[in-house]
Amino acid sequence: MAERFLMKGNEALAEAAIQAGCKHFFGYPITPQTELAAYMSKRLPKIGGTYLQAESELAAANMVLGATSAGVRAMTSSSSPGISLKTEAISYMAGSDVPALIINVQRGGPGLGGIQPSQSDYWQATKAPGHGDLHILVFAPATVQEMVNLVGKAFDLGDKYRMPAMILADGMLGQMMEPVELPDTMEQQLPEKPWATCGHKNARKHNVINSLYLTPQALEELVVERFKRYEVIKENEQMWQEYRTEDADYVVVAFGASSRVAMSAVDTAREQGIRVGLLRPITLFPFPTKPLKKLAETAQKFLCVEMNMGQMVDDVRLAIECKRPVEFFGRTGGIIPTPAEVLNEIKKLGGTK
Amino acid sequence: MNLKQLTIIYGHYGCGKTNLSLNLALDCAKQGNRVTIVDLDIVNPYFRSSDYKTQLAEKGIDVICPSFAGTNLDTPALSPRIYSAFENKDSHIILDVGGDDAGAYALGRFRKNIQDYGDYSAYYIINKYRNFTTTPADAEQICSEIVSACGITPTGVINNSHLQSLTTVDDVQKAYSYGEETAKLLGVPLTATTAPKNIADSVVGDNIFPVDIIVKPPF
Repeated sequence: MAERFLMKGNEALAEAAIQAGCKHFFGYPITPQTELAAYMSKRLPKIGGTYLQAESELAAANMVLGATSAGVRAMTSSSSPGISLKTEAISYMAGSDVPALIINVQRGGPGLGGIQPSQSDYWQATKAPGHGDLHILVFAPATVQEMVNLVGKAFDLGDKYRMPAMILADGMLGQMMEPVELPDTMEQQLPEKPWATCGHKNARKHNVINSLYLTPQALEELVVERFKRYEVIKENEQMWQEYRTEDADYVVVAFGASSRVAMSAVDTAREQGIRVGLLRPITLFPFPTKPLKKLAETAQKFLCVEMNMGQMVDDVRLAIECKRPVEFFGRTGGIIPTPAEVLNEIKKLGGTK
Repeated sequence: MNLKQLTIIYGHYGCGKTNLSLNLALDCAKQGNRVTIVDLDIVNPYFRSSDYKTQLAEKGIDVICPSFAGTNLDTPALSPRIYSAFENKDSHIILDVGGDDAGAYALGRFRKNIQDYGDYSAYYIINKYRNFTTTPADAEQICSEIVSACGITPTGVINNSHLQSLTTVDDVQKAYSYGEETAKLLGVPLTATTAPKNIADSVVGDNIFPVDIIVKPPF
């Protein structure tokens, strides 16, 4: 077994990106994400990479657009208000069909909100990470180890489908420490990018990276083609974890840090004889509709547990085609629900208190 | 452990300073002393001594927090009460410093108060299982950065090598010599080696200090 280290979520995200072959980071500090940028500032210069603290989040995200257009793996990271500033460039990247990794270590919002953990950018990440008809891949890790594993996955799928990918973490996961095993540093064979603007050397036609289209017909055609790609992604790339759902009358649906709370509440409820399980979406786009649809055949009720005002509830309802009631419990503003609170909500599902 | 009236705890981010400070404070209070923990961490937004204020108050331990700790204000303001702690010789003081040189700058501001205070211990806390301090040489490097920032040289090393709740006897044992070597490089004694309470009896070595895992996420 590889050696295990204690790492903070933010550090683990950074190291995993380096292991995945990303040597180009452009960012701007913001709590509770700053350790990620600080880590990159220490590591990247030592391995011939670029760490650049830009003058703003906008500049940083546009630098990522530039770097990824040249064919390298590039990333940026921020926390909620900073991500809002990056959405313009995210839209341009989606509109230019280029991959990139964007990390959001969420904090309370809206506005400047607060620095405590939150999941209230779910809608932003999954519905409108930028203007226009677009999606990006969204991953929601729940442990520091999973953060490490998903960073590589996000880069790979971003390259495969030529689209930006986001790790939607939260302040709790970013700040907490857990033992992790890093992937073996292998000489990674990164995929060829024949579309990249990295010098044609008179050997091929010019490549152009662009998101402006001069006729509506051309733009429509491209957007429709892109949405066909999104359908392939929805079919093939859903990721989730099921926990004690085999015989579950009730299913708690939770992602990221709140799924950790939910899991411990599920265990306690099971000890008390309540047949409850947890469905944890790992990808938020594509949303794991397949397991939910299946669970709706047997479970009586669903309960979304989130650190927001219920942003995932409609996605669960759609996934189960409104066949069962979907209840909601959440805390927001930087408050983390306690296992006891969630247990109480689980009990309410069965009409007991 | 028998603490001096003033104890300073510093080290790399995430080596376990806060958990150790809380354990030292509880141990010291148990021996019948009045204890004040000063949370000097103005770098880290979460997982800090201030989070345990109520729990510690029940044991008669006073916590002096940065003015806006645990709130949404990202403002690194220290409480003026810290100065009064140095005046109050009835109580033991434990200074829980923020990580690395960045955190140690806050300590530098009190250098004169510390030197005027008289006899004190400054413990450099190390954890072999943190990825930037896995070797004695790395640990020495980070210590020298901390000392440059605060001007307080260590009087001892506490080897706090652990993997949270997954720590095994083997993990602690394997890291034991790392503690000795780091202390040797720094020219100070290895004051203690910590081990989680449930396994501490099985660890072979001098000055094993059993600790509870107090700092953990809320699930």
